[in-house]
Amino acid sequence: MAAEAARESHFEDYVVRTRKLTRIYQMGDTVLRALDGVDLDIKRGEYISIMGPSGSGKSTLFNMVGGLDKPTEGTVFINETDMAQLDAAELAWIRCRTVGYIFQTFNLIPVMTALENITLPMVFAGMSTDEQLQRGRALLERVGLGDRLHHRPSELSGGQQQRVAIARALANDPDIILADEPTANLDLRTGKEIIELLREMNEERGVTVISATHDLHMIDISDRIVWVRDGAIEKIEDRASIELTVGQVDWEEESGQAEESE
Amino acid sequence: MSDHSKSWKVGKVSLPPRVALEISWKNIQVRFGRAMITAAGTCLGIAFLVSVWANIAIVLGSGEQIDPDVEMRNTWLVIMSLLVAAVGISNSMFMAVTERYREIGTMKCLGAVDRFVVELFLIESGMLGGVGAIIGGIAGFLVMLLVSLVKRKAGDFFGMDWSYMGAHFVYAILIGMFISVVAAAFPAARAAKLPPAAALRSDV
Ligand SMILES: Nc1ncnc2c1ncn2[C@@H]1O[C@H](COP(=O)(O)OP(=O)(O)OP(=O)(O)O)[C@@H](O)[C@H]1O
Ligand SMILES: [Mg+2]
Repeated sequence: MAAEAARESHFEDYVVRTRKLTRIYQMGDTVLRALDGVDLDIKRGEYISIMGPSGSGKSTLFNMVGGLDKPTEGTVFINETDMAQLDAAELAWIRCRTVGYIFQTFNLIPVMTALENITLPMVFAGMSTDEQLQRGRALLERVGLGDRLHHRPSELSGGQQQRVAIARALANDPDIILADEPTANLDLRTGKEIIELLREMNEERGVTVISATHDLHMIDISDRIVWVRDGAIEKIEDRASIELTVGQVDWEEESGQAEESE
Repeated sequence: MSDHSKSWKVGKVSLPPRVALEISWKNIQVRFGRAMITAAGTCLGIAFLVSVWANIAIVLGSGEQIDPDVEMRNTWLVIMSLLVAAVGISNSMFMAVTERYREIGTMKCLGAVDRFVVELFLIESGMLGGVGAIIGGIAGFLVMLLVSLVKRKAGDFFGMDWSYMGAHFVYAILIGMFISVVAAAFPAARAAKLPPAAALRSDV
């Protein structure tokens, strides 16, 4: 009984846990440790930013956490389930129901309208057509695109496309949203709006948001910031210490990626 | 908590046939130019096949004998033209896979399994084959009409063995669809094997 209760509370606490997560890319005779023994625990409902220079392994980490790629060594637990134990069909279910993806390049399906893009994951999840339409409409309205239901991606601006992508990521009420540089292809103001929208969704729905970014605006709203370098976690800052070190961070970034985010 | 545990039960993703047909049809509509190029191969192959069969129907209707040498040669030409069509379709579908690299990866991120991707490509190619074959079939028939009006008496054409012609027209359409589906098998399998992580890459 006690053990059960302990397990339950644990289950509630951590939506993602990685243990000694390692991904090695072998190209010819060069061996690249894109991830090198990452231990990371993410609580349900957290808003996490993953920061780090280009090539530090952010996207690789996302691929592992989202079940898009298999680690060379180590384990990823999603809701305390070891991803390595799942077969292809179960992984697809997790990608469909448990994880929502947001991409740098928006990645809407070009031949589909905004509404169809949002209902596609619901189709895969086996939702009824009525429910799909109702949910799809509500989500598009929520992200401020209630009047763009039947527009194709090519008829939407970048910011609007990313809003559709956010609505799509929320289609099946996932536990986790993985956003890989969601603002990198947007101008500063639109990027800020997108980040704020993500934060609102996080607060409204309790969905855990994990976002890789070069964007210092993320710092203001993140619960924690994970700094990665050369495939390893360099440091993890929580909200309290973020506020203290913001000045220092600005200075550090000035020499590195500051121009990229502008 | 209760809400959460409900969503956690691992189940099976699905793609109803109606939606698969809709998506494939959209792909054809939106990428109409390339779709027509893919269909053109089937169209030409089937046009040739139907014209050969129309000729046989005319000969049968007029009570003449079919020259076995001519039939042999025609059979070979038809087989070659259908092979060329198949290679064309295959090539065109491979290009479609490359073009939709990221799109396929995205679909997998949204929960699609390999089988959905295969289905979508096969349905699309089958539809294109069907459309191409119908257009080609009609064209082949009309060409034969013109040729026979020039080279024979008008009565010969209209007195053709219509039941033979009708049945073979239907066979031709089915052959066109079949070839298109078979020719798309390799590209579709390649598409299905694309890793979902392809969706995250920004350099393609
Ligand atoms: N498929 C692959 N094959 C070989 N090496 C790869 C592959 N994918 C990533 N890498 C390498 O792994 C390292 C980490 O890449 P990753 O894409 O995770 O970096 P990142 O932090 O997301 O960078 P960016 O900020 O530029 O997106 C890089 O050195 C990259 O070259
Ligand atoms: Mg990256």
